[in-house]
This record gives sequence, structure tokens and C-alpha cells, in this order.
Amino acid sequence: MHTTNDFEPKRLLAADPEIAARLAQHAAEIRDGAAISNSTRAGLMMGGAVLATAAIAGRAFGQGSALPGIVVEVLNFALTLEYLEAEFYTRGVGTAGLIPAGMRDPFDQIRKHEVAHVAFLQSALGSAAVSKPTFDFSAGGGSANGPFADVFRNPQTFMALAQAFEDTGVRAYKGQAANLMGHNDILRAALRIHSVEARHAAQVRRMRGQKGWISFSEPGNLPDATAAIYKGESNRFQFILGQPDSNSQAQTEGFDETLTRNQVLEIVKPFIAGAM
Amino acid sequence: MENSTSNASASSGHGTDLGSPWGQSNRREFLALAAKGALALGITSSLSGCVIAAAGTKKLDFRDDFGILNFAYALETLESRFYKTVCEHPARDFRPGELRILEDIRDHEIAHARFLKRSLQILRVEVPASVWPGIDFNSRASVLAAAKNFEDLGVAGYNGAGTRLRLAEFLTIAGKIVSVEARHAAVLRDMINPNSRDFAGDDVIDANGMDRALEPGEVLAQAQKYFAEPYQAVGL
Repeated sequence: MHTTNDFEPKRLLAADPEIAARLAQHAAEIRDGAAISNSTRAGLMMGGAVLATAAIAGRAFGQGSALPGIVVEVLNFALTLEYLEAEFYTRGVGTAGLIPAGMRDPFDQIRKHEVAHVAFLQSALGSAAVSKPTFDFSAGGGSANGPFADVFRNPQTFMALAQAFEDTGVRAYKGQAANLMGHNDILRAALRIHSVEARHAAQVRRMRGQKGWISFSEPGNLPDATAAIYKGESNRFQFILGQPDSNSQAQTEGFDETLTRNQVLEIVKPFIAGAM
Repeated sequence: MENSTSNASASSGHGTDLGSPWGQSNRREFLALAAKGALALGITSSLSGCVIAAAGTKKLDFRDDFGILNFAYALETLESRFYKTVCEHPARDFRPGELRILEDIRDHEIAHARFLKRSLQILRVEVPASVWPGIDFNSRASVLAAAKNFEDLGVAGYNGAGTRLRLAEFLTIAGKIVSVEARHAAVLRDMINPNSRDFAGDDVIDANGMDRALEPGEVLAQAQKYFAEPYQAVGL
């Protein structure tokens, strides 16, 4: 399903309301069978993998849903991340010889949860749910030849990516909680998923010989390419009042920080075929 | 919503522009936020109307954000006291490396309690002394089981209180804390039963892959026995 080479995805990835509005218009035209240009179709397909469809889903496809646009956007954003994680662990657990024998139960438990998160979000979104993108877990944007090309052959690579996805997921959910205020059922569900992602993150970190929590902005023995995942984690000042500075390490470990949707999408973009 | 979103992201910034943590400007910022909170909560009388300063009051009003944050402060204080006791008198059968992990957790809980204490400086309810019924600090198994229960309870408490918070800033900060509590819970569970499914076991995670969320009243009911004097809860 993914697409052309001459398309400029950055424009779509930018959270530009004008573009989103134009796409919403186009999406409605597509649905209504209107003729559209190839480039528009390509753009819509590509955007559908990431942000753009999330942005337009609430307007163009959300009529069947009672959820407001911002909630649909956030849930589709979450769904995209859960699709990524669910497929990652399903493939990992299903690959003979990949996961060391002593770690199969924890990874299978994580897989079970991510699959359940996908099902829940799809159900909450109904017809407004984005479809699953084509993933490239090598981080090659579809080339299958990215820096993690051995992800399903090398346990160390697989576990490193698991940590990357979980620590990103924690920050991603946390960054969206405020957008769900006033929608209590959805907010409560998101919070309950958020803490499960944190449990996953801690367990994976531990199995990799890392602390369960994030010290400063240390990438925890992940490649430099993952630095964006830990950007800002060294923050020591929590909104109103800074804290006494007797233990700066504890202050950074004790508070996980947020990431914006755009920061998260930049992190996951190489894992989505056609999005780079 | 636009507004609260941008506030939330601003508050998650690196904060280097906040000046001295002890500075007057921070106090002014807090008072401004408290006033905004009072407005958001429909408290139209003066801010002093919601000051709960009297020692020994121990009343938590869950109808407003400050009551919920005071409750969070009580739980974080309880946890930090627990881990201080654990680390001052380590069980002899701790395994190598375990005390270091518990010291980390202690330091995180101290940071949480200090943060909440400073944030609530004019709205703070005194935390009663702690008691530890049923906890044997000489026993690794007893300490880890108690720690696991505190962390699981904390996670469920923050998850359950989230929808009661009316200020985006408070919700975001609660989110920053709860995920660390969840990390603690997972690590403690893995210390008790390594490399199993227990770090996020089916006893706390449901078929939707969701953690527990408990109403403040339920959390208080479970935590009450660790306080020498009971809290009086209103607004539940």
C-alpha cells in the first residue's frame, strides 16, 4: 500500500492545521468517490501511516463516532504506537531462537498486553481508527536495511529496540494525558495503559542489565541514534517549584518526562515504511 | 483545551528559566497557579478559604485538586519513610545489589514527597506518624512484599485520581510520577519472581492490558492502617 518516491513527507508530518484541513477535504472527496490526483492519493496514503490521517480522522472519518476530534487524534496516535509494538513483539516471540529461554515469559506477557491495547483502541475508535502501517523494524523507512537490520536475528538488537519502544511509549502517553481531560473513560483507560508501558519499560531495561528507571538523559546502552528518546529526561525542575538539589540523580530518575506527538513521530518515522 | 495543552507542554520544559528553586518568583508562580486552580475549581472565596494549615487537622477534601495532591503527598511520605527504614536496617538476607535498588527507590520517593511538599506549601495537610503493621524489616520477603504492595497501590491510586484533577499541570505532573511508581512495581515484582510474567502480572493487569485504577477512598482504606492517626476524608 505504500507509496511513491517523489512525495515530500515532511510537509505532511508537520502538524500543520492547514494541511490537515486540506487533507480532510481530500479524504472526504476520496470517500465520496471524487477524482483526485495521484500525488494527493500518495500523500494521503503516506500520511495515513503517521500523523496526517490521525489529524484528519476525527473530521473526515469520525462522523460515526461520538468522540471529539482531539480525542480521535490522540487515540489514533496511540494506536499507531501500539500497532508498532504489537507487531514487533508478535514477530519477536514468534521467531524461533531469538529470545533467550529465560526471557520468553516476560516478552510474551508484553506481547499480550500490546495486542490487547491495539484491540481496545480500535474498538474505542470504531470507524475512525487508522489502519496499520507497514513497519520496517530495521529503521530503514521501508528499505529493511536500516541500522537495526538484524533485529529478528540478534537478541541484543531486539531487546534494545524493545527498550526504545517502551521508554518512548511511556513518554508519548504521558504527553497526551492533558488532551484527554474531560473525557474520563478515555483518560482513565489511557492512564491505565500508560503505567503498563512503564512496567514493560522497567522489565526490559532490567533484562538488559539496566536500571529500571532513566538516569539523567542516559540512553541506557542504546545506540546514539536513539538519543531523541531520552531528550529532556534530565529535567530537574518540575513545573512550579524546583526541588532541593541534594540528589540530582534521584530528581531525574524520579520523574519521567513527556514527549510531544511530533517528537514521538520523528522517533518512530524510520520504522514506518514510506514515511522517511 | 488548546490552552491547557500548551500549558502542559510548557510545564514539561527544561525549566531552566524558573530561576532558583527557592526563589520568590516561584512562590509567586505557585500562588498564581493556586489561584487559577481555585478558579477552575469554582472556589470563589479568597485563597485562604482553602488553606488547611492547622496542625492535626488531617482532613482530605477530595473535591479539589489540592485534596488529591495532599493525599498523594501523604502516600509519598509514607513510601519514603518505609524505604528509609528499609535502608537504615537492611534485612540480612537481601541479595547482592538489592539494597542499591531499594536506595534508588527511596531517593525517588523522597524526591516525590519533597516536590509535593514544596508545591503544597500553603495548602499542606500534616502527615501523621507511620506505623508498620505486619511488616518484618528483618525479612527480605516481607520487605519486598510490602514494597510491591505500596507501589502497586500507588500506581492504582494515581491512575484512579487522574480524572479528578482539573488542572492540566497537575495531571501532567502526576503522570510523570506514576510511571516511575510503575517502574518500581515492576522491578520489585521481578526481584520477587525473576524473569516471570509477574512484573505486569495478571493479578494487576486486566484482559485489556490495563493496570488497576482505584478511587481515592479505596486507596485510603488500604493505606489507613499505616498512619498512626486516621485521615478524615470528605468529598468522596
